[in-house]
Amino acid sequence: MAAAMTQQTNAAPEHVEYVLRLADNALILGQRLSEWCGHAPVIEEDLALANISLDLVGQARLLLTHAGNLEGKGRDEDQMAFLRVERDYRNVTMMEVPNEDFGRTTLRNFLASAFQVLLWQALANSSDGELAAIAAKSLKEARYHLNHSSEWVIRLGDGTEVSHAKMQAALDYLWPYTAELFAANPTDEVIATSGVGPAWRSLEAEWEALVLPVLAEATLVVPARTPFKSYGKFGRHSEHMGHLLATMQYMQRTYPGARW
Amino acid sequence: MLTEEQAWKLLDAVPDPEVPVVSVVELGIIRELRCRPDGITVVVTPTYSGCPATEVIGLGIREALAAAGAGKVDLETRLDPAWTSDWIGAAARAKLRAYGIVPPDGRAAVGGAQPIRFVRKTLECPRCGSTNTERLSEFGSTACKATYRCKSCLEPFEYFKPI
Repeated sequence: MAAAMTQQTNAAPEHVEYVLRLADNALILGQRLSEWCGHAPVIEEDLALANISLDLVGQARLLLTHAGNLEGKGRDEDQMAFLRVERDYRNVTMMEVPNEDFGRTTLRNFLASAFQVLLWQALANSSDGELAAIAAKSLKEARYHLNHSSEWVIRLGDGTEVSHAKMQAALDYLWPYTAELFAANPTDEVIATSGVGPAWRSLEAEWEALVLPVLAEATLVVPARTPFKSYGKFGRHSEHMGHLLATMQYMQRTYPGARW
Repeated sequence: MLTEEQAWKLLDAVPDPEVPVVSVVELGIIRELRCRPDGITVVVTPTYSGCPATEVIGLGIREALAAAGAGKVDLETRLDPAWTSDWIGAAARAKLRAYGIVPPDGRAAVGGAQPIRFVRKTLECPRCGSTNTERLSEFGSTACKATYRCKSCLEPFEYFKPI
């Protein structure tokens, strides 16, 4: 696809950082979901997860191109995706943790897509025109991702003893990582006053209003918040990130500039 | 050099690679044509971010116009406004149904504002017309389609999702 081009600018570093967080959330979750291709429990879900992965990688391409243009150092989407080092990735840690099983994968899609729906809604009015256009487009896709994952969370949570236990374990595992989405930070504060987009923590109440009723319907018990903190969006990732990047980047690292 | 009218006509013969009964013009993704003495610029609005057909569509557009002597063909991507299935016209929707794909109702812009969770639409089987159908999956062979099955004639079919 001929990626949308904008003027090379020297945007505020917070602006670049903010767009990179969006881009890397999409890219890393898309990469994780791609691992399911050919391995999902049923063929319909194999197709669904691959399609969701493609949507996310497509969004990431637009966002990485935009981040590269804002940064103004001439980096294109491929350089952004394949040639950055772990510390330069700005996705929240939740996106990079292993799939584990279909339950955890589905639950992560649910927690993530609920957040993305709210974020894209808000960003559709961004003062950054290119970002607003990407958001308006991504919102349509994220709504389908949320719809799809919501139904599965309820079906599995309120399902058999085994599926319920797996979903509860998945929620116990993932829930602490969701705190990172709403952690206050200077980048968000600068961005919120600039009109580019919302501080993510301002979306917490709306996110809970979307997520909690579905979890309740799924008969899952939401764990209490703990002092646990993850720091992926600041570039400090879990032990899983290096392995993910090795898989994603090895081709460009081995054959620099390879195209097909 | 081609006139704009000639170019539109040529592009109306370029099929969507995934749904070949409709052309890229009928799909509504060609937003603008700008003819110059030495070539033409085609403004395209992509459908889904992850649509793997996007690059093939670009190639089809280039080939059709170049073969007709259009000169230099430039493709320009326009994201705003975002593509909507409402841009698929009534004639193209009828073609989709005849091909076995239930078309979108052309009212995505209306439905988009509503919460979509658990909103199940009753679809009519494109083969036998029965409304005794059920959804198998929100996603199909491509992101733009959902998979259904007819419980009367027992045939599977696809639904082009409103977006």
